[in-house]
Amino acid sequence: MRAPLSWIRDYVDLPEDLTPADLAHRLTALGLKLEALHAPGSDIVGPIVVGRVLSAAAEPQKNGKTILWCQVDCGPVHGQHGIVCGAQNFGAGDLVVVSLPGAVLPGGFAIAARPTYGHVSDGMICSARELGIGDDHDGILVLDPALDGDVKPGDPVEELLGLREDVIELEINPDRAYALSLRGIAREAAIGFGVAFRDPAVRDVPAPGGDGYPVRVEAPDGCPVFTTRTVIGFDPAAPTPRWMARRVQLAGMRPISLAVDVTNYVMLELGQPIHGYDGDRLAGPIVVRRASEGEQLTTLDDVTRTMSAEDLLITDDSGPIGIAGVMGGQTTELSEATTHVVIEAAHFDPTTVFRTARRHKLPSEASKRFERGVDPLLPAYAADRVAELLVKHGGGTATDAMTYVGGPPESHAITADVDLAARVTGMPIPGDTAVEHLRTVGCAVTVEDGTLTALPPSWRPDLTDPYDLVEEVARIVGYTEVPSVLPAAPPGRGLTRPQRLRRRVGFALAGAGLVEVRSWPFVGDADFERLGLPAGDGRRSTIRVANPLSTETPQLATTLLPGLLATTARNVGRGASAVGVYETAPVFLPTPQRLKAPILGVAWRPDEADLAKLMAAVPSQPLTLAVVLAGDRQPAGWWGRGRPACWADAVQVVREVARVLGVEIQVAQGSREPWHPGRCGQLTVEGELLGHAGELHPAVCAAYGVPARTCAVEVDLDLLIRCAPAVVHAPRLSTYPVAKEDVALVVDADLPAADLAATLREGAGPLLESLRLFDVWTGDQVGPGKKSLAFALRFRAPDRTLTEAETDAARAAAVTLAAERHGAVQR
Amino acid sequence: MSGPNTEYDPVAVTPLKADEVEAMRVAALDAVAAARDLEALKRVRTEHAGDRSPLALANREIGALPPQARKDAGMRVGRARGDVNQALAARQAELEAEAEARMLVEETVDVTLPWDLTPQGARHPLTTLQELVGDVFVAMGWEVAEGPEVEAEWLNFDALNLGADHPARTMQDTFWLEPADGGLVMRTHTSPVQARTMLQRRPPIYVVCPGRVFRTDELDATHTPVFSQVEGLVVDRGITMAHLKGTLDHFGEAMFGEGITTRFRPSYFPFTEPSAEVDLVCFVCRGREPAVHGCRTCKGEGWIEWGGCGVVNPRVLAACGIDSETYTGFAFGMGLERTLMFRHGVEDMRDLVEGDVRFTAAFGTEI
Repeated sequence: MRAPLSWIRDYVDLPEDLTPADLAHRLTALGLKLEALHAPGSDIVGPIVVGRVLSAAAEPQKNGKTILWCQVDCGPVHGQHGIVCGAQNFGAGDLVVVSLPGAVLPGGFAIAARPTYGHVSDGMICSARELGIGDDHDGILVLDPALDGDVKPGDPVEELLGLREDVIELEINPDRAYALSLRGIAREAAIGFGVAFRDPAVRDVPAPGGDGYPVRVEAPDGCPVFTTRTVIGFDPAAPTPRWMARRVQLAGMRPISLAVDVTNYVMLELGQPIHGYDGDRLAGPIVVRRASEGEQLTTLDDVTRTMSAEDLLITDDSGPIGIAGVMGGQTTELSEATTHVVIEAAHFDPTTVFRTARRHKLPSEASKRFERGVDPLLPAYAADRVAELLVKHGGGTATDAMTYVGGPPESHAITADVDLAARVTGMPIPGDTAVEHLRTVGCAVTVEDGTLTALPPSWRPDLTDPYDLVEEVARIVGYTEVPSVLPAAPPGRGLTRPQRLRRRVGFALAGAGLVEVRSWPFVGDADFERLGLPAGDGRRSTIRVANPLSTETPQLATTLLPGLLATTARNVGRGASAVGVYETAPVFLPTPQRLKAPILGVAWRPDEADLAKLMAAVPSQPLTLAVVLAGDRQPAGWWGRGRPACWADAVQVVREVARVLGVEIQVAQGSREPWHPGRCGQLTVEGELLGHAGELHPAVCAAYGVPARTCAVEVDLDLLIRCAPAVVHAPRLSTYPVAKEDVALVVDADLPAADLAATLREGAGPLLESLRLFDVWTGDQVGPGKKSLAFALRFRAPDRTLTEAETDAARAAAVTLAAERHGAVQR
Repeated sequence: MSGPNTEYDPVAVTPLKADEVEAMRVAALDAVAAARDLEALKRVRTEHAGDRSPLALANREIGALPPQARKDAGMRVGRARGDVNQALAARQAELEAEAEARMLVEETVDVTLPWDLTPQGARHPLTTLQELVGDVFVAMGWEVAEGPEVEAEWLNFDALNLGADHPARTMQDTFWLEPADGGLVMRTHTSPVQARTMLQRRPPIYVVCPGRVFRTDELDATHTPVFSQVEGLVVDRGITMAHLKGTLDHFGEAMFGEGITTRFRPSYFPFTEPSAEVDLVCFVCRGREPAVHGCRTCKGEGWIEWGGCGVVNPRVLAACGIDSETYTGFAFGMGLERTLMFRHGVEDMRDLVEGDVRFTAAFGTEI
């Protein structure tokens, strides 16, 4: 909301030397937050004066334009000036605004005498736009004695046209709808400086009845009050007074015509939205009713809108003529020919207006105010004010009588302990002070036995609860007075175990040389194509965003890889040759039945069954760890060549994370998109699928523009953390000597090493302390389709030194089982 | 060693004479002293202390002496051999030390050579900041609460006094999820964790909740549609705005250093009443004259906006089944990106979003 300072001062006697900044800070402290201070015209430098055009000779130019070569009388001090002007909308005898050499117009536009079109143009004849007081650039601003009074050449125009103004732009919170008006802002200013407030809404209005325009309200729930006033014999050509157009403009609206400007002016002044009808285009009585489903109306913005049964319409015999509180219709709008104005000032139900404005995506100055809550006592006063201004500036007669249908909703009294404000804010606020402050904001307050009863003023429909009163009291006492006291919490339990373990995982990954990334969780079908996911892949079953940022990515991520791969590509694009990144974030898995979460009541705690239903409908969002490794895992250096990241690095990342958590994972040969079908490790923990790690499919690397042989990991981190042992048990150490044995076995090339290792472990029995694969061979020596795996075995008993015979037997048992199970042959 | 010599020849025992033994000893000691290196010393050892060395041979002859002569000769030869062995050991140690010193010199390397076999890893500064914030509050006995990012509409809005027809709902630029009547949204703030917490536990409640939230903002230098907040919630007997102020003053100091205070301005949030915006005293100019003029961080205001807060609206307590006659509470919410930008001089929000490893790597694992 933009409020010109001079307008605020109309209603409150602020100190003369008060700066806009001081006022704005005081208003901010009261809850009307300063958004910006504007000082239009502050950069203007004179002389800018009234000039009378003595002659204006049209001179056609070679470029096809016609210019006017004018002689302008700029008064006794500035004398006569010859000025070239491109506009044609004036002539000899007109009074215009001339900026003379040396003047600076808004935006730093300096005026100087300059040669042009064969003349020296000694100044400029200004348009409203050049003066910063309008959008009209087509023509010169021609002064009008009817508007501008008795002005003479040489008179300065700054004051006359209101070129310089201070404007305070405030951010109005939704609970302070009253401050969407000069009336409301001035009231706050008066409170802020403890001075008197002159309420512009206080005026005598005629009694309802008589020859007011007939109105029938069929939906009083949506329209508690509807008033009309009528002006006849209005001059549609009458111009808007300069001051009014300027104020409307400074407040952020566009001046259009006197009738429209007056309705906007009064809305800005009082906060009551007004609608004006061309009375001659109305057919029969105005009827306020709910729409029929599918009914159509073309609104002022030239859009035909289809109504829903919830919408509230203003209609006449011709059908809908406006959407109540949102926007008027085209057929009855005020025009350049309107002489009979029917003024509507009504009070509409906030929820109805809110829903309609939202349904039709049609926020307007009117709907913004109605949905937040307008003073329901205003309609009659506002209608009267509009009638007054129309008649004063556009002639005609306002009929004395008015139509007034319905009545304002009642304010409800609020009761609260007088010390509630003190108790809630922690400020020592005596009861008397609280009562006084509530009266300051307009409440009628009575006190009995330590309990106060406050009847909020009509302009404060937001005051409904005792705590609302606390805020009113607190903001007047001043939020800066709140003391600072650190509360003493009872002993806490610290971080939960999963919270601690997540941190450990993060440190382990960073320690392994990976950089954390935080991607957006939005993906699209194109990602699934790039990943090569088959049609039925579970990851294609997503939750969709109704209003996505991009139509390319309207789905919630079921895999973190698209985000990480895009980030990898971005880093490579910025010159990184090796990228190791990780992300831990949830993926979003729709509930299998796509359950809907109910909207429960809020008056009290919902019952457990309803809550359970609600919680069950929230999708599973397991914390997932994904890693992408591209380029060298170990860089080249003086020690030698770099080592490119390979599938094994990907698997190892998971092993390291598992080790940090004290979890044992199993790796098996896997096959899953987007991994290379022969280089994909399927990872399990305690028999549950944990995820996959390995090298990406070449097509995936190409699709994402990441280096060939990029590797990736995606695992369920929640599962891994769940499997972490709650308590780690101490190992029993044997101090007897260790017996070492090496075994080399030739097996089929496709036998996973992990399987053979497991067999050896099983065969060797409890004396085996550890087993480690130390060599893998393929080639002529072992024959085609075969490979040789060499293991180092360490045997130890807890209670004795092993004999050679015992060690040999254990080793032999391992080899035998490997031979039986896998056809392994010892080399 | 040979046995006692019963048929000794007095001539043959000449070497056992004192001057002979002394000559052997001196010759051996001279040889030891003359050994230049361990190799030479090894030869000297063989020559002068080995089985076939003169002193060893002389020792063998002791048995051949007449009994009356054996004692003296034994002592003489023994002492001489002892001297030689001692000298050998000393020289050995000396030469070994020299050799080691020489070797250490030879083994000198250029320790400035890099050995960065493992690339530099890092955690995202927002993650670290989230943990730092958690630690500040855990240290006071609070706990860290969590909630899902896809949230029930009821928890994100209704339970927080943001009914379907509340104008403030449209201010939250929500990502709505399909189907339209599915009752699910991307949470627009961490506040639904308040509701979850109050539904799950009884007062006293002291929790913070850092987490990711979503609004349909366009990405620019100061906005991102996916950002982080930290929510704080206290519900206990006798809680007032003063406790809120005290908590935020403490939090501000923990984040930005000693002497950083906060300021409240009246504001509006449906879930708190009274509500306030929290400003931090500008940590650059501290709002002091004359530094505040022209301060780029606070634009000359002396204060910077940090977040929102207030007394928990009794309607929210009611929806969560907490008796507002017995308990009062406060809640606050701050943008973590904003906090990080202030604290670490991040100038462009996009740096926090794009995942450029050069940006993140600079933060390491502690900020």
